[in-house]
Amino acid sequence: MHHFIQLVVSGLFVGSFYALVALGYSMVYGIIKLLNFAHGDIYMLGAFAGFTVLSVGAGALGGGLIALIAIMIAAMAATGTFGVILERVAYRPLRSAPRLSVLITAVGASFALEYGIAVAFGPNPQVYQIGVTGGTLNIAGARITYAQLAMMAIAVLLMIALDTLVRKTRSGRAMRAIAQDPKACLLMGVNVDRVIARTFFIGSALAGAAGVMAGAYYGKIDFLMGFVIGLKAFTAAVIGGIGNLRGAVLGAVVLGLLESFAVAYLGSEWRDVFAFGFLILFLTVRPTGLLGERVTERV
Amino acid sequence: MNDESTPRTMEAPSAYVRAVEERAPANVAPAGSKVGTFTDRRAALAETASGLLASRWLALGLAAVTLALPYLNSSTYVIQIAIDALIFIMLAVGLNIVVGYCGLLDLGYAAFFAIGAYVSGLLSTRYGWPLLATIPVVVAAAVIGGLVIGGPTLRLRSDYLAIVTLGFGEIIRITANNLDFTGGPNGLYGIPDFGAFGLRADVALYWITAVIVIVAVLFSSRLGRGRIGRAWRFVREDEDAAEAMGIHTYKVKFAAYIAGAIFGGIAGVLFAAHQTAISPPSFNFLWSALILMAVVLGGMGSVPGVVVGALVISLLPELLRGAENWRYLVFGLLLIVVMIFRPQGLLPSRTGEPRRRGRQSQGGRP
Repeated sequence: MHHFIQLVVSGLFVGSFYALVALGYSMVYGIIKLLNFAHGDIYMLGAFAGFTVLSVGAGALGGGLIALIAIMIAAMAATGTFGVILERVAYRPLRSAPRLSVLITAVGASFALEYGIAVAFGPNPQVYQIGVTGGTLNIAGARITYAQLAMMAIAVLLMIALDTLVRKTRSGRAMRAIAQDPKACLLMGVNVDRVIARTFFIGSALAGAAGVMAGAYYGKIDFLMGFVIGLKAFTAAVIGGIGNLRGAVLGAVVLGLLESFAVAYLGSEWRDVFAFGFLILFLTVRPTGLLGERVTERV
Repeated sequence: MNDESTPRTMEAPSAYVRAVEERAPANVAPAGSKVGTFTDRRAALAETASGLLASRWLALGLAAVTLALPYLNSSTYVIQIAIDALIFIMLAVGLNIVVGYCGLLDLGYAAFFAIGAYVSGLLSTRYGWPLLATIPVVVAAAVIGGLVIGGPTLRLRSDYLAIVTLGFGEIIRITANNLDFTGGPNGLYGIPDFGAFGLRADVALYWITAVIVIVAVLFSSRLGRGRIGRAWRFVREDEDAAEAMGIHTYKVKFAAYIAGAIFGGIAGVLFAAHQTAISPPSFNFLWSALILMAVVLGGMGSVPGVVVGALVISLLPELLRGAENWRYLVFGLLLIVVMIFRPQGLLPSRTGEPRRRGRQSQGGRP
């Protein structure tokens, strides 16, 4: 029983990482129907942006949670800005091009980002100097560190903020409207380009936050760390129903839990095989996802 | 590989289309500026270049040079590089069927390459099969892999295929890494080659590779011009319209995907024979991305273009040794730049239809 609860807790923790990345994936897909392959690499960029801040201003910031939050905000600003630049430079010129061209551009962006970081920081893993250690908490026999708890809380806060933004504010309404019909939005006076840029900013910033958390938690970052998590986030977004934000969070939690149990019973080396195999299986059974609606192709 | 002797007038678009195209810029050009001539000449130049490149004689000449290479220079280094390049051409031509002809983005193409290499490696090292006898099994395994991945995903939008194939590539690599049967992280070693036939071993392998690759290039080029090739292009351009015209899009996409899988599998056999040792890191995402790069750079759907693209991508590293990460950074940026400024690739294909009309009207010309 203790073992079971421990698995649930660690599944929820991993799921909260996946959720932050999956949200950006799902937002961008919902609005401009683009699979942003570079999204996982923006997560990696966030980790490296945090690393840079950390190595420059380590003395001033001190350690602990406050420092982590400060670094996270800096990294979010950096990745958000980068997301906007990426959209402007690589995706906007191709908005009316065939979908294949845009997908290939996204692969190119992902590639350029990975190896750009490899050139800038070197190909070897970097060590995150921030030690988020602290006591552990026992919940019904399962152990969870305060750091884990704090990160999960931050992730949940960010998700709630995003949900409020999309559902309650003017700019969120513009996003939902563009997801339904960009051309009509343009005719109605919505500044479509600006809203899309804002979407990229928010999605990338969330991924950047997840990157910093991952760096702080695992203690090590490298330039290929975004590849697998990008795939996992996509899997999560598909499980929840791509384009649906609450679905993305649900899918991420489901995937985190499934993985946590799969690792316990199959061994950690099969974790990724299990996740992607599950994705393929899921696509055969319910391609629209748990919360997704049936999409009809419009000609 | 195109009929070069056809007069140019036959290949040009109809007079009406030309008239509209020539007049279109005139409507917006300011008074007094030259109209149309510059772009016209450039288009004609590009067409001549791509016509020359697609000509049967150039292809024949290239094939002859390829086969005669051991006589020109038989140093071990040159033969090694040439075999690498040939295998890469085979992969690029196979991926071109999937991405270029049919417009399906496959980001896990290295998976089929890995299936081919591992199946033939396992059969030949563990069970002592001769390498040639493993090819049918490899083809069967590649087809099964294609069925498993293509079956569920080809019904969905093409975006899903891209990322599912990406996941599939990882599944195959990690599985090969985890199983003891496949040698784990160390992989397989001591894979035999096809036999020496009284020649130097690497030269014999070179000739076998060259023949297989030339046949494959020819086969894929003819496949693209046949009935199924037209169906593929139709699906690529407009899937809904193709379906409305009675093309079974699911079957047609499946055919492209399976054909690509078989090409990848056979390239894997050649790779196993060439390397004599294979291990999981040889089949990572980098490979899939480089093959895609060759196809996109050369021109999606154009076999001569793709061959040139594959040559560039596989020989460039030999010139740029030691700058690994820079090279990949440049590749990534190049993908974006090509897609924005020249989405048809450096040596694009021309549509096949006017050429067919030309050939029919000439009747008995050789």
